[in-house]
Amino acid sequence: MKPASFDFLCPDTLEEALAALSQGGPEARVIAGGQSLVPMLNMRLARPALLVDIMRLEALRRIETSGDEISVGAGVRQAELETWTSLGRDLPLLAAVFPWIGHVQTRSRGTVCGSIAHADPSAELPLSLVTLGGWVSLRGHKQKRRVKADDFFIGMMATDLAEGEMIEAVHFPRARPGSGYAFREVGRRHGDFAIVACAAVADERGLRLGIAGVDDRPRVFSLPPLDDSQFDDAINDIAWSLNARDDFHASARYRRDLVRSLGRETLKEASRCRA
Amino acid sequence: MPRMNATRRHPVNFTLNGRAVSVEVENRMLLSDLLRHEIGLTGTHVGCEHGVCGACTVQIDGRPARACLTLAQQVRGSDVRTVEALSPNPAELSPLQAAFRRHHGLQCGFCTPGILMSLDTLLRETPDADRDEIREHLSGHLCRCTGYASIIEAALAAADELRKEEKTNA
Repeated sequence: MKPASFDFLCPDTLEEALAALSQGGPEARVIAGGQSLVPMLNMRLARPALLVDIMRLEALRRIETSGDEISVGAGVRQAELETWTSLGRDLPLLAAVFPWIGHVQTRSRGTVCGSIAHADPSAELPLSLVTLGGWVSLRGHKQKRRVKADDFFIGMMATDLAEGEMIEAVHFPRARPGSGYAFREVGRRHGDFAIVACAAVADERGLRLGIAGVDDRPRVFSLPPLDDSQFDDAINDIAWSLNARDDFHASARYRRDLVRSLGRETLKEASRCRA
Repeated sequence: MPRMNATRRHPVNFTLNGRAVSVEVENRMLLSDLLRHEIGLTGTHVGCEHGVCGACTVQIDGRPARACLTLAQQVRGSDVRTVEALSPNPAELSPLQAAFRRHHGLQCGFCTPGILMSLDTLLRETPDADRDEIREHLSGHLCRCTGYASIIEAALAAADELRKEEKTNA
């Protein structure tokens, strides 16, 4: 359980980091907090030839609000966003989600963007970004682009990130007055990866339900405003539309059951918060 | 800073338990192995080596963190504290350690160093931490002996004592 050897670069500028990533190709990886990558290195599931440590790049260590958007740089640790003074007002969904992300001991090192890049299908931060309709800013040596979170996650730990690119920041839409948010999760142990997690948003456009832990990536569904008698059918349709699998932790049937119960609870709670 | 070659050792400077440390390590060296094998501080225990068990928890810049999920190169310039820093001198336990002893907060002791380092941060930041907050912090640790109840009692007792100490010092 020790990492294989790799070269290590701790660049002073973003340009230097991007040049190294572009030269290194598929053998180069970004390391930020390391809370997802180092376990992969220890188990040798990842064997990069080069690690580029981006935590000394001050420009990436900021949380910025511009208009209706909160931008979180690639060097912002989860604990830093968790204790950000405007979190409860501007990102109430994340305020509810944070206690469920890993443990205090991993949030103090792990970054927000690192969890997005890792793209575990049961992780809470990718779920939150997709449910809120957020964006991911990607930066390469020569190009820069912005991808909708829902298009960024393409499969089990697979993203739209191209060779030589890194996440520069992720962008969460700021909560608007009159919107409601809710989150629920079932896991083996508090802080473990979710068996199923649901996040819901209710606003004047209707309802959005995000689901993690069932399909190979976080999925989000838009629903029109529903009255009480329509809830169960709508969620049942969603549960069956997901590609639920049996695995060591839970059966596909149990996962669909959790989608029905947690989905219903979160949608109801988000609607209540709105009212 | 230039690219550090995988086959050589490279310098790392940081503060360890209040003292400046300067060592040379391979890039792939974990902080847990640096502490135990190179520096000889074996109080930090290594259990699962992928961040689940919490035995290797130390404090980095005042925050609890997994030493097994941290590369030694990542603590350059940081302030690292291990369980060895808790007691004021070799003959005396810290209030938290003494409470663990009184309340049987350990049996085999394998998980204890990590738990102590997590609770030490909690009680410093939240001196009036209640049972729920203590449980929340302990959720990042596995103990196979105690069933956790005695650990929680020890933490509550330590919090009590630290608050009293604070009052007498004030």
